[in-house]
Amino acid sequence: MTVFSGVIFTIGLGVLLIAVMKSLILEQVLTGGIGSIILEQAPTEVGSANIVSSVLLAYRGLDTLGELTVLFVAATAIGLVLGQRSPDTKHDSEAGFILRSAADLLFPFMIMLGAYIILHGHITPGGGFQGGAILAAAFFIPILASPASPLNHKVSSLIEGLAGTAFILIGLFALVGKGYFLAPLFGTGDIGALFSAGSLPLLYLAVGLKVGSELAGLLARLQEV
Amino acid sequence: MTETIGIQLVSYSGAMGLILLGIFALVNYEHLIRVIFGLILLEAGVNLFLITLAYRADAVAPIMIEGQTAAMVDPIPHALVLTAIVIGVAVQALALALVIKTYQKYGTLNTRILAQRIAEESGTRMIEGIPTEVKKV
Repeated sequence: MTVFSGVIFTIGLGVLLIAVMKSLILEQVLTGGIGSIILEQAPTEVGSANIVSSVLLAYRGLDTLGELTVLFVAATAIGLVLGQRSPDTKHDSEAGFILRSAADLLFPFMIMLGAYIILHGHITPGGGFQGGAILAAAFFIPILASPASPLNHKVSSLIEGLAGTAFILIGLFALVGKGYFLAPLFGTGDIGALFSAGSLPLLYLAVGLKVGSELAGLLARLQEV
Repeated sequence: MTETIGIQLVSYSGAMGLILLGIFALVNYEHLIRVIFGLILLEAGVNLFLITLAYRADAVAPIMIEGQTAAMVDPIPHALVLTAIVIGVAVQALALALVIKTYQKYGTLNTRILAQRIAEESGTRMIEGIPTEVKKV
């Protein structure tokens, strides 16, 4: 009975969505013209070659702070739900020689790639979130290869807290200096240069470190169960 | 022009298909991991739909490169999807953590059995999947 009503509901929703498609406005900027205004003004106001980055960190910087908060709350809740591993539980057995060597070999390159993506977030596709995910993977692969040497949760929490504080502090400096929370600081610089777009690279560095340490801690906790 | 409409049609249908599959899995399956997979499909569908809205045939990605004159797509849906992906990962991880705890406590992930066990523990009775209070005689 439940399955039958579920199927009927899904089919009904599908018909509704097809009906919506007929009245969908395509080929237009849908966000009420704000998109085109941002495309026009972002280069002179923020100076970031990647306009998605300038939306994310300058125009919607407060939203990004909220997003970091959601990530933090989720990581905290996972720590709360899964709890600490008791010290006498047995670890999974070590992986084979090939996997362990490959994990050691990959580690520096993944750190380098993650740092590159974070630091070039304002001029190329990428940024703090993507680079942070790669950093988290770099720290998680060695844990999978040799579970007996787990992640130090104290260090990862410390990095996470410092990065979050740095993000808020940059925002507060902008509030004092320019009158708006998270307003871009230090001028725009040359568009496309590594040292451009004012405080955006600093903010992305904070985001990258925070996301990286948070995801690494989160994955490690799920693996430790 | 018709070609671009075709691309958007395919993309929109894909997004709606993912959303419907996700809702179907959420409603019909009884295994909690499959329910989480439904949630993941639903999120992917919503993200694809937002990206479809931003698509324009003659436009390039909103990243400025020297000497480029083509129009750029609306950057706001892209930023929103970036946010949505990160939040989605956090939600999935939390859901998996809760599933791990549920399995440790009850030894099963079947929602029907779980609902019955929980109803027994809390002294309620099941009517069509919904626990109701048992009248004490």
